[in-house]
Amino acid sequence: MADAITFYTLAALILALAVMVVTVRNTLYSALLLAADFLFVALLYASMNNLLLAVIQVMVYAAGIVLVYVFVVILVNLKRLPEQHPDPSRYRMIGGVLAAAVLGELVLIGLSGALLPPPAAPAEPTGSVENIAMALFTNFLIPFEVASMLLLVAMVGAIVLAKKEL
Amino acid sequence: VIDTVVIPILKILIVLNAVLVAVTFMVLLERKVIAWVQVRLGPMRVGPYGVLQPIADVVKLMTKEDITPVRSDKILFTAAPMIALIPALIVFAVIPFGPEVSMFGRDVTLYIADLNVAVLYVVSVASIGVYGIILAGWASNSKYPLLASLRASAQLISYEVAVTMTLVSMIVSAGTMSMVGIVNAQYDQGVWYLFAQPLAFFIFFIGGLAETNRAPFDLPEAEQELTGGFHTEYSGMRFALFFLAEYANMIVVSSVATTLFLGGWLRPFPNVEVLGFLDIVPGWIWFLLKTFVWLYIFLWVRATLPRYRYDQLMRLGWKVLIPLAIANVIVTAVLKVLL
Repeated sequence: MADAITFYTLAALILALAVMVVTVRNTLYSALLLAADFLFVALLYASMNNLLLAVIQVMVYAAGIVLVYVFVVILVNLKRLPEQHPDPSRYRMIGGVLAAAVLGELVLIGLSGALLPPPAAPAEPTGSVENIAMALFTNFLIPFEVASMLLLVAMVGAIVLAKKEL
Repeated sequence: VIDTVVIPILKILIVLNAVLVAVTFMVLLERKVIAWVQVRLGPMRVGPYGVLQPIADVVKLMTKEDITPVRSDKILFTAAPMIALIPALIVFAVIPFGPEVSMFGRDVTLYIADLNVAVLYVVSVASIGVYGIILAGWASNSKYPLLASLRASAQLISYEVAVTMTLVSMIVSAGTMSMVGIVNAQYDQGVWYLFAQPLAFFIFFIGGLAETNRAPFDLPEAEQELTGGFHTEYSGMRFALFFLAEYANMIVVSSVATTLFLGGWLRPFPNVEVLGFLDIVPGWIWFLLKTFVWLYIFLWVRATLPRYRYDQLMRLGWKVLIPLAIANVIVTAVLKVLL
């Protein structure tokens, strides 16, 4: 019961903040609300007893990625609100397709959860540091390394694009 | 109910109050120590030898006019000091002040929580504090605070890498991420990690100075260049919150250093039987003593060293400390496997 109350309260807060992220007009507020949203997601993980995931959520998303967004927003100074484009519905097509795709995906996930038998509960809790490290450096070593190389390439690419003369 | 609700709340209240009182007296201690270094007397007027100065300071800060600049962003201007202070306080949840003791016929642990990811918790919570600084600079809508907050956040982010790397080598040596576990590992291995990991300790200490914006890395508050730093536009209690945050962060760094490198609540030479008479001093007193030594070194360094230049700061961080920290992790890991 207490678990359910915690979950639904946190879920409601997360959704409310997510709606505010996309509706608020000030870009900086939007980024900060996103950080707050990530903090509540971390609380959700913590309430499910997965502290490692919660801590990583805070460290990587709330304090890492969003902080970079905040930097960008502050440095390019978007204080003046952008003027209304003459054709506000110009992205309606793309937006509609994307929304439909996400909706379809959610429906598929929901259906598969209902149709397939639930996965067998793991013998021991999977969230511990040892288990995640073991999985990351044995079975999933190649995806892990490839992902890190991709990030490195993206970073080098961004520097090359931003600084024409090095 | 007493074990799950009352005792944790009591512990939280005690720790919070102790930290806040310690912070006010840290300000006095800092003024006194710097005065002694400069052959002055320091505050002498309020109470004998000025010991009541913190109370006068608090009264002054509370009754001072609290100015909000007209062109500032009101919401963020108010929120920024809180965002700076709260992470500094909630880190204390995982700091172990002592082992389990029995008090009033009940076994009480002298820490609020023993997480199995405590070290990561400290890093991640502390990194939230950067938001407070950068938002303070931005919300003031004023040149110098903005420049200072950009400097401060660049500095924090750069030194966080090196500090986190040293924490990795501590985790490898101890084989656990729990703060209590790390203290116990130092007991089992019979050595304070200060002696087993001198390089990690050195990097952690420099990084700690830089992350708390203390001299010689107090560039975000360089009065000569920035008229006072990211809190230039703040006054009254909101300014005091930034001050509290800075000193609370110093205490955080000192107590984390004590836990990781000086064996937390352990007495000196915990495995030497001859020194058993030292056990009459309870563990939490050892902890506080060691933490106090760190805090004193913080002040001593501030009174002694001149400020670094910005490019020197960045060079030291990226070209010296981070490579050393990575090398330290590799050497620690190799030795751990070989030995």
